[in-house]
Amino acid sequence: MLWEFARWSEATALGVTIRNSQYAFPIIEYFHLAALAVIGGAVLIVDMRMLGLGLRETPVRQLARDAQPWMIGSLIVMLVSGVSLYTSEATKCYASPAFWIKMIALVLAILFTFTVRRKVSLADQVQVSPGTSKSVALVSLGLWFAVAWGGRWIGFGG
Amino acid sequence: MLLGFVRWMADTPWSVALHESLYGYPIVESIHVWALCLFVGMAVVLDLRLTGLSFTSVPVSQIAKRILPWTQLGFVVMVISGILLFYAIPVRSYQNIFFRTKLVLLVLAGINAWVFHPRGIKSWDRDPVPPRSARFAGYASLVLWMTIIFCGRMIAYNWFDCDKPEQFHVISILSGCEAHEPEVQ
Repeated sequence: MLWEFARWSEATALGVTIRNSQYAFPIIEYFHLAALAVIGGAVLIVDMRMLGLGLRETPVRQLARDAQPWMIGSLIVMLVSGVSLYTSEATKCYASPAFWIKMIALVLAILFTFTVRRKVSLADQVQVSPGTSKSVALVSLGLWFAVAWGGRWIGFGG
Repeated sequence: MLLGFVRWMADTPWSVALHESLYGYPIVESIHVWALCLFVGMAVVLDLRLTGLSFTSVPVSQIAKRILPWTQLGFVVMVISGILLFYAIPVRSYQNIFFRTKLVLLVLAGINAWVFHPRGIKSWDRDPVPPRSARFAGYASLVLWMTIIFCGRMIAYNWFDCDKPEQFHVISILSGCEAHEPEVQ
């Protein structure tokens, strides 16, 4: 079923257009990478704070609120550019272990970010133990780390 | 002379080893991308504050003090992994128009950070929207780093490589391609 989906994706107008253009893939890849830098900053600044690093004088909740629109905005750019890149080489991705690791980590990262991490980072700090904060930050960092690693290795044919 | 140097570099055993390694090169490149999140990510946070776009309730001096060590760490990893990536493919990178543009932009980003000393920061440290000069430095930094990422990504593509036939003359010159000697009959 997933294989059929990959075949279908490659045959879509979007996939065909990107594949037939010399410049489309690199340009979309650039937007994917630029958004990575922004989401990296938006995630790190909050996760580091939950680990007790970085902007220690500012409440987690404040940072999480400020970073949220940038995190969601760059995530949207990443998803749109990522799906476009996928349609252009879906069958190659299907055969790539790195791609599947990335997809699983990505689903987990998004679920975790918008449920547990959101709740903990926006909660009143008196009610959150340092241990909880730190665990949430480490899980978040680990998942996004895996997403970035998988992404880079799709390009190496891994 | 520089071309001779990078040619010598390309022939060193470690350069060949890194270039041909199955995992070495991809690992260095992955580290370069991870460090990008830390370095540019942290730079973006400071720039967003300087432009007044976000983190407006945090004093600028606090961001500068708390974030700078992380930015510096990211920068060091960025530079070391970047040098290794260059070292693996020296001649092609040296003659690559995007690589050369990236170096020029890196110098400009350095100058921007150097020139913009937050002088008299105390008077606007807590202002949600900093004065014009600070906002300018923030926007300039954002544009420069995003363009640097663009150039970095495009180094991988060979559209303007020296060995491409019918290359634009101006690109050949800017890339430092050696002129092809007309064949003597």
